[in-house]
Amino acid sequence: MNTQTKTDTPLADGARTTMTMIQSLRSAMDVMLDRDENVVVFGEDVGYFGGVFRCTDGLQKKYGSSRVFDAPISENGIAGAAVGMGAYGLRPVAEIQFADYVYPAVDQIVSEAARLRYRSVGQFTSPLVFRMPCGGGIYGGQTHSQSPEAIFTQVCGLRTVMPSNPYDAKGLLIASIECDDPVIFLEPKRLYNGPFDGHHDRPVTPWSKHPLSAVPEGYYNVPLDSAAVVRPGKDLTVLTYGTTVWVALAAAEETGIDAEVVDLRSLWPLDLDTLVASVKKTRRCVVVHEATRTCGFGAELVSLMQEHCFHHLEAPIERVTGWDTPYPHAQEWDYFPGPERVADALKRTMAER
Amino acid sequence: MSASVERLQLHVPEPSGRPGCQTDFSYLQLSPAGSVDKPPIDVLPVDTASLASQLIRILDEEGNAVGPWAEDLPVDLMQTGLKAMLKTRIYDARMMTAQRQKKLSFYMQCLGEEAIAIGQTLALRPDDMHFPTYRQQGILIAREAPLEEMICQLLSNENDPLKGRQLPVMYSYRDLGFFSISGNLGTQYIQAVGWAMASAIKGDTRIAAGWIGDGATAEGDFHAALTFAHVYCAPVILNIVNNQWAISTFQAIAGGEGITLANRGLGYGIASLRVDGNDFLAVHAVSKWAAERARRNLGPTLIEWVSYRAGPHSTSDDPSKYRPANDWEQFPLGDPIERLKQHLIKLGAWSEDQHEQTRKILEAEIAEAQKRAESHGNFTSDHIPSAADMFEGVYKDLPPHLRRQRQQLGK
Repeated sequence: MNTQTKTDTPLADGARTTMTMIQSLRSAMDVMLDRDENVVVFGEDVGYFGGVFRCTDGLQKKYGSSRVFDAPISENGIAGAAVGMGAYGLRPVAEIQFADYVYPAVDQIVSEAARLRYRSVGQFTSPLVFRMPCGGGIYGGQTHSQSPEAIFTQVCGLRTVMPSNPYDAKGLLIASIECDDPVIFLEPKRLYNGPFDGHHDRPVTPWSKHPLSAVPEGYYNVPLDSAAVVRPGKDLTVLTYGTTVWVALAAAEETGIDAEVVDLRSLWPLDLDTLVASVKKTRRCVVVHEATRTCGFGAELVSLMQEHCFHHLEAPIERVTGWDTPYPHAQEWDYFPGPERVADALKRTMAER
Repeated sequence: MSASVERLQLHVPEPSGRPGCQTDFSYLQLSPAGSVDKPPIDVLPVDTASLASQLIRILDEEGNAVGPWAEDLPVDLMQTGLKAMLKTRIYDARMMTAQRQKKLSFYMQCLGEEAIAIGQTLALRPDDMHFPTYRQQGILIAREAPLEEMICQLLSNENDPLKGRQLPVMYSYRDLGFFSISGNLGTQYIQAVGWAMASAIKGDTRIAAGWIGDGATAEGDFHAALTFAHVYCAPVILNIVNNQWAISTFQAIAGGEGITLANRGLGYGIASLRVDGNDFLAVHAVSKWAAERARRNLGPTLIEWVSYRAGPHSTSDDPSKYRPANDWEQFPLGDPIERLKQHLIKLGAWSEDQHEQTRKILEAEIAEAQKRAESHGNFTSDHIPSAADMFEGVYKDLPPHLRRQRQQLGK
């Protein structure tokens, strides 16, 4: 899988290091803490301990506890304090330990961070990033597996971003920290240590075996609002993001269907031109995400493709998603939209005349 | 039936005064003016316990400034405060009328609470940042915000600095240290703490003031704000304006029955004081004390200002449906303007004539500002901010989907 952006962003120069997604996210924060003295990093357990997923390991030691610090267990407090810091002029990068625990912060994110620039006509802004590990496939049960992106993509004023590999993770996080709009930065924790295609019965490969783990040590960014065609194809288009990018690639391989797999990277605002160009070319479309189906982000993608590609479509647009249930524990692999379910959808879509 | 099987009963607090009867204000624990100690600014939070239950007051019944909190306040500062209070009250009255005349859609006055916002603002530095609710317009008056522009915001007309995006009274004045008001209650309280933390992170000298009403202290963000303020020793003044009412709900329903709201600060480890909110001198002195404390890295201060919401909650509210009509007249802490006026007259630094003359000048000034503002239209006229602008400022740059939507609107 090679990342090709529509803008054909040149890969950054300079030394590269093999990094997991955890290491690349940490590197992004390291780079930005170093470049911009207004960047601060805080959240539950992110300081001394370095984060429950090690994403902030060593940062407090390097930058001091006034730049990188632990927070009380209070998501509304974390988000509200971040809004106040942003109003002052800082660039807070706040961590919510699991996306499943963002709900107490939703008032601050939706009513405040997202609206502040608009309601004050730019007097105050929210140059904030809310990092949160998301997604399932880890036996996380109901409150360690959710994909709440549709709660945020629906909010005007927010940007919602989700990387699927170490290279993009660092570049997108740097771009998000530099962005003057508030960014919800969702990190699929199933991808923290290696790519995962849904074949849970096979051994996991680490990122070191994958070319996208070659990450520049210094500064670079991956622009927001740019999708990546991660597998060019001509039979149909798969629109997806996060862990299911890897599931879609596996399904294409296993079915022999020449699917064009598009990793959205920025969920909203999104790179509509790349999506529409792909669907107009292949004339068929399957949307894949882990989140529950009804009113999930897939519904907006289906709607947009219907609106912009209606005369080009040769088959109904399918959605392969999590079921409309809370995320279960024991039934992990019946819930998670794995390669078999995606493959079935690809075949059904190709069978339509 | 034995005691062990007695049936449980839900307790739902009620105000003593409902329409047609008198409020029994004995629930307010009052202290005589001058009777409460003034601790050093480096007092330990735990040693403020008695201050959180008593009531700091300086002006006595005769208008004398008494006790340890009485400062040697310059006369011109008190005159400035009195004028700002008068101006705020006249402004409120005119805007209430303008709403009744359907010139603006909505208004909220701060009748009876003028001393609190103004007294504190005059005790802070101009670059300290307030995180107000919708009832601290006195901050803007004290910092001499342009009246015409404020009224244009209320009218949502073509000169509205907020371009018609905000409901009336939701002002925003960054340059005057007045944070953008949100309709969501309590949210700004923890933001004030975050701003103060930022000031500390940067080694700045500015402090923040958070504002909240008695009712909104029940919001989760109140708890978060006190926790964060204590944990990070944030340079912030946490103001609770206890005006006894949250729309129709008596402050006992917010948790004020049998305990003061100031007492809540103690449990978080925050120095906490309870103060006569209708005593301008007490407001100024306590605010100065708290500001000094914050500025010297000694930590946050929580202040419960005891006052009374003399007017309706908003222009959409009719208080005669839930409380006695003459309640304000019975409120033991009186009217902040009358009390400061009495004090200044006693000092020989003010007179009834001066008061009347000042009132007339301010009436004329506000009427003139209103006239100029109204010449730019209002929300029901053709002179509203452009609809094309409605799409701006959602993001820093206009994204493609908003460009398309703006085109669809044909603007």
